[in-house]
This record gives sequence, structure tokens and C-alpha cells, in this order.
Amino acid sequence: MYDKTVRRRRAVLGLLVACSLILLTAYFGESGSGALHGVQRGTSEVLNPIQEGASRALKPIRDLFGWFGDTIAAKGQVEDLRKERDRLRSEVLTNEIRKADYDRLSNMVQLDGALGLEDKGLKTGRVIFQSGTVWYATVRVDKGSDDGVKVGHPVINEEALIGRVTAVFGGAAQVTLITDTTIKVPARAGRRGEFGIVEPSSAGNPNDLIMRFTNPGARIAVGDRVVTRGTEPEDRDESLYPVGLPIGQVTRIENEGTDTQEIHLRPFADMRSLDFVQILTNPRGE
Amino acid sequence: MIAPTPQLLARFAALGLLGVIVQTAFISQLPIAGANADLSPLLVMAVGLLCGSLAGGCFGFAVGLFTDVVSLQTLGVSSLVLLGVGYGAGRLREARDPEGTLVPVAVGAAATLAFGVGFALLQFLLGVDAPVSWALLRQLLATLIINALLALPVYVLVRRCLQGALPEDPRRRRRRAYTTGGLSPLSRGAEIRR
Repeated sequence: MYDKTVRRRRAVLGLLVACSLILLTAYFGESGSGALHGVQRGTSEVLNPIQEGASRALKPIRDLFGWFGDTIAAKGQVEDLRKERDRLRSEVLTNEIRKADYDRLSNMVQLDGALGLEDKGLKTGRVIFQSGTVWYATVRVDKGSDDGVKVGHPVINEEALIGRVTAVFGGAAQVTLITDTTIKVPARAGRRGEFGIVEPSSAGNPNDLIMRFTNPGARIAVGDRVVTRGTEPEDRDESLYPVGLPIGQVTRIENEGTDTQEIHLRPFADMRSLDFVQILTNPRGE
Repeated sequence: MIAPTPQLLARFAALGLLGVIVQTAFISQLPIAGANADLSPLLVMAVGLLCGSLAGGCFGFAVGLFTDVVSLQTLGVSSLVLLGVGYGAGRLREARDPEGTLVPVAVGAAATLAFGVGFALLQFLLGVDAPVSWALLRQLLATLIINALLALPVYVLVRRCLQGALPEDPRRRRRRAYTTGGLSPLSRGAEIRR
């Protein structure tokens, strides 16, 4: 009897391990439109309304926890903010002088300071699911193909670019964040708009991005803003991201002036507390 | 070994479904110290500890598969790791039958660690092209601590959910028999003397 039980237990274990490995191999080997991906998308399609309902129902509790967390975090930030305030006070005086210069210069070169996103088909959605594991930096929003969302559309929040759509369902879309290791964004930094590719510095670190492939002689300094590059006339393919979407701010530069120069930046958007986002369903403004 | 009754299977299904939905719709959107709690290894650990290796392994496989499907992750990764977690917790119960209130805490922490490390290893085997950052290790540690704190309530909750459908725990039955009289060898000895 005991032997039979042990044999049965081992047989089931072996069967389940084999099932897992077969699934893994088949899924990894097939294309995005394969049968297993289809099953996965179909199941998600069914579960999206349930997740959305649960997300909405649990939002007050989430907010309550968030309030506690924010309060604790805020206490730690008070000292930093005081220093920041003192520094900003002195900067305000300088900026007032610069602003007068800027107004004159902007009239001269007709610089379009605004991002001008009104014609980009903005669709506002709510985050209904956030990947629990750091290996998949993805969120799901409650806007999908019914709202004109397609794979590849850029996504922003109230602060900056956060990622792009990588899967679409009827009423929801999967957004892969710029902190995911699969995402690379052509960008410009500094006053001279130096070119580079922004990607995550390492898996699981939502606060550090790296700008690579910059010119060794590029004039980029700590504190410079990094924005999307958009498409240049000489480009063969059009960029997914329109020009000028803010990405982050340079925090440090490694191997400065060499071919392997790496510019670290902190994204403007806080990827761990996304709530409302906007999808640019007409990124080229056509 | 616990026989799988329809009632027990229904409770497993409800537990797994609810656990994954609560995880994705609530827990994963609630960062604590820069990390999230992860209910899946805790649920699987609790089922393994309560029902044995076979039930633990099957439940781990099912919860992992459902998680992979819902999160649009590579199918089979979570199921393989959680299968090991459930089976391991079940074998611990069968081989050692550990007693003590803090057993779920220790096993929960071990399950979380095994899940985190196993998942990371599989990701690297599948070819994730990224170095391991300190932030990742810090998050793994933070999740480990949060999960260790949650392990006991989750275990109690799972036990309560499965209570009606599980055969009575032999240890508890033995204890009750002694305390209620009649079956205790001591009381039987007293009766014989009389």
C-alpha cells in the first residue's frame, strides 16, 4: 500500500514537471500568434472584466494602504525637501532673469515649447493590473482595441513617457514599461540634443535607466533632461515615439568621454504607482 | 494521503482563483518598502502543509499556470517553480510532521525564497539579457520579509477555507481523545484497576 502511494505520488510529480517543461518549451518556441499565446489572450479577455471589477472594488483599501505608506515616506522626505527648498529659492532669482531672456529668444527662433499632444489621439485609461514580478515590468489598462489602441502605441502618464502597448484586447491593453529589459527608446539629452538609446540599467530597478550609444564627445551633464528623439528626416523607419516626450533626468555619467560612456537617468514617472495613463493612439498626428 | 473529494477540489479551485485575482488586482499594486507581497507561494505552501505533497504539487502547478496565463508571462515558468514549492511543503509535512505555531512562518519564508530564486534562475535560463541588480536582491529580501509576516495569517485563512472538506487532522484527533477521556491509556488503566 505504501509503495503504491509513493509510486503514485512520484508519477504525478513527474507528469506535472513534464507538463510544465512541455508548456515552457512550446510557448517559448512559438510566435506571438501561436496557439498557446491565443489561449492566454483568450483567458485574459475573459478575466479582464473580473480583474477590473476587483481592482475598482479594492481601490479604497489600496488607497488607505497607500496613505500610510505615503505618510511614512513623507516624513523621510521632509529633510531632503527643506534642502531642496533652499536651493530652489536661490534658483528662482536666477531663473527670473533667464526667463526674460528666454521669452525674447523663444520669439526669435519660434521655439515650440509645448509638447503639442492634442492631435495625438490621447485615450485616458486606468491601470487595472500591475505585474507582480520584477521580471515583467508591465501594466494593463482598461482601454483596448475598442478604443482604437494598437500594439506599439506610446503611453504616458501625467509626468512622462512610461512605455508602449505590447498586447491589445477588446477592452484592455498590456503596456510594457520603459523599465522592462525588452524596451529601448531613441532619445535626446542636453542642450544640444545629443542622441542615444535609453534602456533599463538592470532587471528590477525601476529608478535607473541608461542612455547608451551616445557620442563620446557629447555635451551632457548631470541634471540634463532626456526626451524622446522622434523621427528625423534621414531615418529609414519612423520612431514609435513622437518627439519631445519627457523620459527622465541625468543622475550620473560613467566612463565619461569614452566609447562605452553610460549616462544614468532617473525616470520622471514613478513606475510603481501608476494609476491613470494616456495612450497616444495617433502618435504621428496624422 | 488525502483523497480528492469534489468538495475539496472545488475549494482548491476557489482558493487558487481568488488568490491570483487578489494578487494581481490588489497586492501587486500595493508596494511596501519598494516591494510587493506575493501570495502564490504562501497559498501553495499552506495547501502543501495541510494536504500533503500530491495535493500541494497539483495546487502549485495549477496556481502557477493560472498566474502565467493571467499575467501574460511565459507559460510553465511559475507552474514549474510552484509545483516544487507545493511538493516540498507537502513532503515536509509527510516526512517530519513539524509542530509549532511558527512553522508556517519559516516554511512560508523558505517557499518565497525558493520561488524567487527558482523564478529568477528560469528567467536566466530562458535568456533574459540583464544583469542582477542590487535593487532586485533588495526586492527579493523585502518580499521575503513581507511574506514571512503574512505567512501565518494566510496559513490560518487557507486552513479555515479547507476545514470542512479536509479529513480530521490525526494529531488533533489524538489530542481530543486524550482530553475528553475514554480513549486515553491512562484513564483506561484507572478503569482496569477499579
